[in-house]
Amino acid sequence: MSNEFVRTKIWHEEPESGNTFATRVARCHGYDVYGEMLGKARWVEMLYLLFRGEVPSTAEADLLEALAVALANPGPRDVSVHAAMCGGVGGSPSAACLVAALAVGAGELGGGREIFMSMEFWNACGTDLKAWQSKFDTTADTKASIWPVPEHPVGFDCHGDTIAMPVLQTLACLAKLSPGPRLPWLAENRAALEKGAGFPLAFSGVAAAALADLGFLPEQGEMLHMLLRLPGAAAHALEQRHHSYKKFPFFSIELDTSREEDA
Amino acid sequence: MSNADLLRQNADTLKSRMGAFFPGERTIFRSYDLHADLKEMSWIELYVFGITGRRHTPEQLRLMNALWVFTSYPDPRLWNNRVAALAGSARSTGNLGVSAALAVSEAHIYGRGNGIQASHFIINTRKQLEAGGNMADCVRDEMARHGRIAGYGRPLINADERNGPLMELARELGLDAGPHVELAHTLERFLLDSGRNLRMNYGGLAAAFNADLGLSPQEAYHFMFPAFLAGMQPCFIEARRRPEGTLYPLATSHLLYEGVPARRWPGAIED
Repeated sequence: MSNEFVRTKIWHEEPESGNTFATRVARCHGYDVYGEMLGKARWVEMLYLLFRGEVPSTAEADLLEALAVALANPGPRDVSVHAAMCGGVGGSPSAACLVAALAVGAGELGGGREIFMSMEFWNACGTDLKAWQSKFDTTADTKASIWPVPEHPVGFDCHGDTIAMPVLQTLACLAKLSPGPRLPWLAENRAALEKGAGFPLAFSGVAAAALADLGFLPEQGEMLHMLLRLPGAAAHALEQRHHSYKKFPFFSIELDTSREEDA
Repeated sequence: MSNADLLRQNADTLKSRMGAFFPGERTIFRSYDLHADLKEMSWIELYVFGITGRRHTPEQLRLMNALWVFTSYPDPRLWNNRVAALAGSARSTGNLGVSAALAVSEAHIYGRGNGIQASHFIINTRKQLEAGGNMADCVRDEMARHGRIAGYGRPLINADERNGPLMELARELGLDAGPHVELAHTLERFLLDSGRNLRMNYGGLAAAFNADLGLSPQEAYHFMFPAFLAGMQPCFIEARRRPEGTLYPLATSHLLYEGVPARRWPGAIED
């Protein structure tokens, strides 16, 4: 009998008789996954259950599913998908392509870290426009961290002039599905928020509001965002694997040969 | 006897010859005290010792060091380096970006996927020739098995700027005439003479040197893991210094769509 334990509130396993390394029944937050959920539960219900510990309402499951569709493929122009394709084009292992997508898609520019920070904003400001304005006016936290100091208002598109149509369409769809309060408020107050931020709303801003409306913590939202964007990275990496590297952009470099020690 | 007995026997306690950490006391590294017996080792010496359990001469270690130095290219266009650079541009962390770039370096057409095949090929070819085989059969068998001769030919350009300086250093160190390196050059001449425009690339020469250094293909694979690393950090750092999101941004005009024409999703409401 071992004295070493993995403590978990998520997962319980009953062993087969005579073999504690074989599972007879596996329960996720109390529900029999293979005996009762399988074939009845939706993928998004399982996701919600894993992170939140309860079954989502139909409205919550619909919202999470719509969000998952919206996030499934950021498209080959997205940096995380670009990174995954860099793996695909050289014939790197599939896991390396996904690792590349995760590493790049973890960042503060449209990635998991932006979702985390944006959800913290939602927790701090809620649906109070003045609180958001105050946040926009506050200098970013400069404490020492592995993460860079944020360079743009989180949840907004620092390279956009106007809101992108897919972002607007996603916001409209998710706001209708949301049990509230953040997404409907965001849809109503988008123009004022964009004015305060100085930039149009980004996908990350909509995703963060949706994940907050679903009751996820910022670190849960960060994880889900990275996870839900992987399908597109995977598909595009595989597509490039079957093309010659000669058909993939190699770009150019204008080299500055001056030496930094001479500067 | 149950099939699960092996799991039961190995639960909770790992039998290891590699080492262990005794908090507040000492660390054992392949049976030596890291902070006493191995404290004078350079990092590369320790790294190679960790992989092989064998010691190498200063000349061999200089050659091994050069095997890493000569392929450290801080060019973000290279696919593995681009991952590190994109991570910097997207304001991810340095460890994430460079770790992912190293993972991507296990590619088929370059890096570790190419290197491990090149190592097997040069070692197996030497064995077969010593056993009375001929080079033409070795090349034909390799083509049949892998569809290529790993270590010969190169993406982008069929010449390798690293090989000359590496051979020069090896000559200085007296390590240029090992049997695998000599065979690698003979193979190159054979391939060119037989009409294949396949010059030896760095992976091929590195595989030959690694074999002459006594590394098995698996040991060479582990040894070459950080070979591109020194070039990756500059790619991340420069991208991190640039305005966010400005590393080779892709416009919609960069996409050359080759798929089916636009169509309606089943159940979508007509406008």
